[in-house]
Amino acid sequence: MILTLNQETLPLYKEQEVILLRNRIKEYAVKIGMGLVNQTKLITAASELMRNMLKYAAGGSVKVEAVSKGRETGIRLVFTDKGPGIPDIALAMKDGYSTGKSLGVGLPGTRRLVSEFDIKSKPGEGTVVTVIKWKNG
Amino acid sequence: MDRIPILRMGHFLLVTIQTDLYDRLALELEADLVQMVNKTNAKGVLIDISALSIVDSFMGRIIGNIASMCKILDAETIVTGMQPAVAITLIELGLDLKGVHTALNVERGMAILQAKIREQSDISEETDDEDDDDYPDTERFESSDT
Repeated sequence: MILTLNQETLPLYKEQEVILLRNRIKEYAVKIGMGLVNQTKLITAASELMRNMLKYAAGGSVKVEAVSKGRETGIRLVFTDKGPGIPDIALAMKDGYSTGKSLGVGLPGTRRLVSEFDIKSKPGEGTVVTVIKWKNG
Repeated sequence: MDRIPILRMGHFLLVTIQTDLYDRLALELEADLVQMVNKTNAKGVLIDISALSIVDSFMGRIIGNIASMCKILDAETIVTGMQPAVAITLIELGLDLKGVHTALNVERGMAILQAKIREQSDISEETDDEDDDDYPDTERFESSDT
């Protein structure tokens, strides 16, 4: 059972907003007392997902939440876009695969950086990526 | 408009990134740096990222690109001051910055660049004395000529 302690949803349509959002996420992480290494991992993961959202779906929204499960506290991020969607998620999660001209570490790398990772996508409707980073995870 | 300043120091170019970069800024830095290497005949480029709190795959790619472009223009690139947390994250992400020289801080980075330049000038001795007047060289570099 995951409880939400505090949350807000922010829009993301411009490149410059990525930095503001990163700072917002950092504030949340600092508030629950997350260590520097986990903070950096979380923000890097968020940065990857935000970049994907801007690049492939022309933006969307990011929900930032402080959550708790039992004794654990953590940060949950939900990235929602109404882009073209990902036809083959298994392929997109593979290391080194990219439809854009990037390194293809974004999605698989992001999964390694966070504690929990969930991706749902429907072609033509959009993509929702949910990640959780536990404070000590 | 925002721009990352590029400073010239003797035969080297010095870039200290003091703010978190968004994509366009990073791409501009890449283009500016390569042009500056060409214009100033720089032999080395030092990029200090000690103020960067994160390096994601895009930023990592830009750093890699800069290093390979400069290499083609016969300039060495060295990246200094990476935060430990950033290094941990980069490896977990799966980026190992191949072909990029790194150093713990600016001081060591400069020493490495200077050592590399000296190696090269030892091979082709006294080639461009006139050129040296244009660049206010560091002491260390002058003493290696005598």
